[in-house]
Amino acid sequence: MPEHARDRILARLRRAPREAQPPDDAATPRAPAPGGEAAAALEAALAAMRAEVQRLPREGWAGELRERLRGRGLSSLLYARDTPWAPALEEAWAAGPERPPALVAWEGTVEDFRDRLFVADAAITRAEAAAADPGVLVLRPGPAEPRLLSLVPPVHVVLVPGERIFGTLEEALAGGGFTPPLPANLVLVSGPSKTADIELTLAFGVHGPRELLVFILE
Amino acid sequence: MGDSGFEARVEQALADAGLRRNFASAMGGFAARRLAVFPDAAALERLREQGAAARRRALARLPELLEELERALVGNGIHVHWAETAAVGNRIVLEILEAHGVRRVVKGKSMVSEEMHLNAFLARHGIDAVETDLGEFIIQLAGETPSHIIVPAVHKNRAQIARLFHEKIPGTPYTEEVAELNAVARRTLRRMFREAGAGLSGVNFAVAATGTLCLVENEGNGRMCTGVPPLHIAVMGIEKVIERLEDLPPLLRLLTGSATGQRVTTYVNLISGPRRAGDPDGPREVHVVLLDNGRSAVYADPELRATLQCIRCGCCLNHCPVYTRIGGHAYGTTYPGPIGKVLTPQLAGLERAGGLPFASTLCGACEEVCPVKIPLTRLLRRLREETVRAGAAGGAGAGALERLAWRGYGLSAQHPRLYRLLFACGRWLGGLMPPVAALERWGRAHAEPRFARLSLRRLFRKRGIPDA
Ligand code: SF4
Repeated sequence: MPEHARDRILARLRRAPREAQPPDDAATPRAPAPGGEAAAALEAALAAMRAEVQRLPREGWAGELRERLRGRGLSSLLYARDTPWAPALEEAWAAGPERPPALVAWEGTVEDFRDRLFVADAAITRAEAAAADPGVLVLRPGPAEPRLLSLVPPVHVVLVPGERIFGTLEEALAGGGFTPPLPANLVLVSGPSKTADIELTLAFGVHGPRELLVFILE
Repeated sequence: MGDSGFEARVEQALADAGLRRNFASAMGGFAARRLAVFPDAAALERLREQGAAARRRALARLPELLEELERALVGNGIHVHWAETAAVGNRIVLEILEAHGVRRVVKGKSMVSEEMHLNAFLARHGIDAVETDLGEFIIQLAGETPSHIIVPAVHKNRAQIARLFHEKIPGTPYTEEVAELNAVARRTLRRMFREAGAGLSGVNFAVAATGTLCLVENEGNGRMCTGVPPLHIAVMGIEKVIERLEDLPPLLRLLTGSATGQRVTTYVNLISGPRRAGDPDGPREVHVVLLDNGRSAVYADPELRATLQCIRCGCCLNHCPVYTRIGGHAYGTTYPGPIGKVLTPQLAGLERAGGLPFASTLCGACEEVCPVKIPLTRLLRRLREETVRAGAAGGAGAGALERLAWRGYGLSAQHPRLYRLLFACGRWLGGLMPPVAALERWGRAHAEPRFARLSLRRLFRKRGIPDA
C-alpha cells in the first residue's frame, strides 16, 4: 500500500505542466567573507550570540584549559576517550593536584551511560570546522565522540583549531571535508541554547547548554 | 464571507486591546530586527534571488528530486514512507510507534504535524505526544493551537503562563519570573527526553543529494527529540526538498533572518541516518513520512505552484497589517497570515476556505519581505477570482451592492469628467460621512478616513509632473 501512495503522488507531480528549469545560481557571487582575520570575525560573531570565546596557545593548551576552568563551580567535565586530543587532557589532569572539575570519561553506549550523562556539569568536544559568517561551529560527532556530549550537560566546552576556521559557511562545508556520505549527525552551533517564547524575553539554557565556552587553539 | 466564524473571531480579536497590543509590539520587534540583520538592501535582494532560485530549481524537478531524496535516505539507512493524506500520515506514525511499543513521544516543533492534527490522533490511540518547544509546550498545556508559526505562544503574557504552569505542573509555585518559568519547563521536559520511547520532529529542508534532514532551532529540544530516544520519526511536506547541501547556507540565512532577525539559529541539526556501527549514541531507527495532503494538486497549477516555495519563516505574518491586528487564532486555520490565506484554500478547498483571500488589503507588504519571493498578492487575487467564479464561500466579494458599486466605478473610470465630479463630491462630503451600518461597524476598529484635499492628479500637476 505505501508503495502505491508513492507512485500515485509521483504520477500526479509528473502530470503537472513542466516549467523551464530555472538557471542555476552556482555562478552567483557569494556573500563576501568578513573582512580581516576569520578567527577574529568568528570570535565577534560567537560573542554576539553570548558564547564566551577565549584563545589558547597550542603548546600546553590542556594545562592552560584546566587552569581557566577552575573557579567556575564545575564539579565534573565529561570527555570522550577515543579522540585524538583526549591524551593531552588526561595528561594535564594527571599532572596537577586533584581539584575540580574532575575529568570523567564517557563509557559505552548512551544506554549504559545515560544516568551519568544527565547529571554531569560540563562536557568538552572539538569542532571539526567553523565559519566566521554567520558565526557557527561545525560539530561532527561519531564513533569517537557522542553527539549528546554537546547537548545534555549545562556547560559545553569546545576546542576550535585555528586553522579550521573558514570565512563563510559555504567555504566550511566545501572545504571542511564534509563529503558524502555524510556522518549520521552534523551540528552547527552558534551559542548557548536559548528561547524567547515567553513575552519574547531572551533566556538561556532552556533545553541545551546554558553556557558555551569556546577555546580557539592558536 | 462564507465562514461566519471567521468574522466573529475577527470581531473578538479586534475588541481585545491586550491581544492587539501584544501582537503589534511583538511583530514590530521582529520587523525591526529583520531590518537590523539585513542592513544592506542590495545584498538582501541578491540573497533573496539566490533563495528563490534554489526553491524554484527544486520545485521544477520535484518528482525527480523526491526520488533522489528517497534513494539517498534509504542509502543512509532511513526508512521512507509516503502519505497522500493527513489521515494516512497519522496511521503510519501510529503503526511505527505501536510496533515499538511506545506510549510516550517527545515532539519538536512541526507545523506539518499541526496540519495533520497528529497529537489529537495519537491521544485517541493512547499515545501521549509531549510538545517540547517551550512555546508549543505552553499552548499544549493550555489546550490551544499556535497563533504564529514561529512563536506559537506569542499571544500569551507571562501572567497567563505563570498561572498555567502553577495549575498544570504539579508542585510549581506561582512565579512571573521568566528565568524561573524557563527552569520549570527545563526540569519537566528533561525527564521526558530521558524516558520517551520515541522523538517526533518536522523538517526544515531535506537535501536530496546527500539524504539529509535539516532541522533549525534555538532551544535544543529538537536535538533532544532526535538524539536521545531510540526511535526518531520525522514528518515533512513533499515540497521541503532541496537539491544539494550548497543550497543550504543562503536558505538558512534567509530563514533565520526573516523569521526572527537572527544571523543564524543556535542549532542547525543535520541528520543523515540512524546511529551507525560504532556510534555510542543516536536513535537506532529513523523514519521519514513524506506528506502530500493536497500539495501535488497545488503543484499541478503553474501559477499557484509558487505557494510551495515557502520556507515557513513567518515573515509575511510579521509584516501583515491584518495579521498584526487580529493575531493567528482569528483565522481558525493551521497556517495563519498571508501564506495561510494562500495555502489553506488550496489544501482545504475553496468551499471551506475560499473566503480567506478576501481578508487582505492587497498592500503587498508580505510579498515585499518574502525571502523566497513568492508573489503572494498575485496568488491572493487569483484565489479571489476562483472563489467568485466558483460561487464558493457564499459568493464572497460579489454581493449585489458591491457589484453595483464596481460597475459605477468602472463607468466613472472610463469618463474622466464624471470621475472628477464624483471625486470632488467625495472630497467635499467625505468629512460628513454618517457613522451608519457598515461604516459604523468599520469605524469601531479603524480611525475614520480623511479624504485628501487634492487629488493625486492635481498633486502631480501642482508639482509640474506632466500627464502621461
Ligand atoms: S510565504 Fe514567504 S514570508 Fe511567508 S512564511 Fe513563506 S517564505 Fe516566509
